[in-house]
Amino acid sequence: MSSFLLGAMFVAGMLVIGPVCAATSPDEMLPDPALEARARALGKELRCLVCQNQSIDDSDAPLAKDLRRIVRERLVAGDSDAAIKRHLVERYGDFVLLEPPFKPATWLLWLGPFLVLAAGSILVVAFLRRRPGAPAEPEELAPAERQQLDALLAADPRDRPA
Amino acid sequence: MKAQLERPATPGSNRRGWLYLLPVLLFAAVGVFLALGLGRDPQTLPSVLIDKPAPAFALPPLPGRDERGFSSADLGGRPMLVNIFASWCVPCRIEHPVLDQLAREGVTIHAINYKDAPEDALAFLRALGDPFDRIGADRQGRAAIDWGVYGVPETFVVDRGGRIRYRHVGPLQPRDLERTIRPLLAELAR
Repeated sequence: MSSFLLGAMFVAGMLVIGPVCAATSPDEMLPDPALEARARALGKELRCLVCQNQSIDDSDAPLAKDLRRIVRERLVAGDSDAAIKRHLVERYGDFVLLEPPFKPATWLLWLGPFLVLAAGSILVVAFLRRRPGAPAEPEELAPAERQQLDALLAADPRDRPA
Repeated sequence: MKAQLERPATPGSNRRGWLYLLPVLLFAAVGVFLALGLGRDPQTLPSVLIDKPAPAFALPPLPGRDERGFSSADLGGRPMLVNIFASWCVPCRIEHPVLDQLAREGVTIHAINYKDAPEDALAFLRALGDPFDRIGADRQGRAAIDWGVYGVPETFVVDRGGRIRYRHVGPLQPRDLERTIRPLLAELAR
């Protein structure tokens, strides 16, 4: 069997197995598919406080499992997504949200790149405007200057244009 | 007329000389900022509960220890510590002598026993000493989540009014007593 075929089979296998490997286990899932979809979406936006760079949907940490259960309990109780996030932010702070909220304390975070881009653009424009343009066409030589040049060229034949 | 070979000196070019220092200053500012960031422990998260009333909770007692349990009604009246511990948590064993020491000094320490089998918790306390006044058994870890706990051990300082004033993540060490816990308790007792 060619190695290409083996590789293709491996990739196909991963595509099948991958989604099943997500940390949310089948026994946690809600019977209502619409609620479960919301739970999964919320889980991807919430940080696992233990592993920190994983969402609770991805993490196998016991705390992540507890938080997933809380999310689902509150969904079943009829809470909105925003209310559930607020519930967790009240306990763990904005850090529990993988995407930081837009508020005065994070304005610099969100707008900083645009500020830097704007400042850079202003600098570039200012630089380009101050730079002297292409050199102007050389002025015609005055008759006296032309005479002087001819004399110099005549003095040394090597300087004469070919 | 002769073509000028030299560019005329731009007026005020000396005045703008400091502009060349600007990138250096910016770099220094960013450098200081990043250096401060390097010194922070990313595992230690600030608690959002600081200066807020402790969450409402009511936990059953550890069977075999006493019948009192631990609830939010037990907080306040005087400054106290609330320690989150588990018998399976190795750093809790490291910090335990520090809690024993504080209890001997007369500090009230309540505890939330996190996701633990009661018999294991009792064995842990028999082996290492029991510095706690009240202990609530949090088998599901729900009360701990309300406290914003994300790992054991954690220790909270609660003031007379039942407000959380400080949160320590990880094992308390003797130097933490010197630097923060004792001064804070003394301040809150005033």
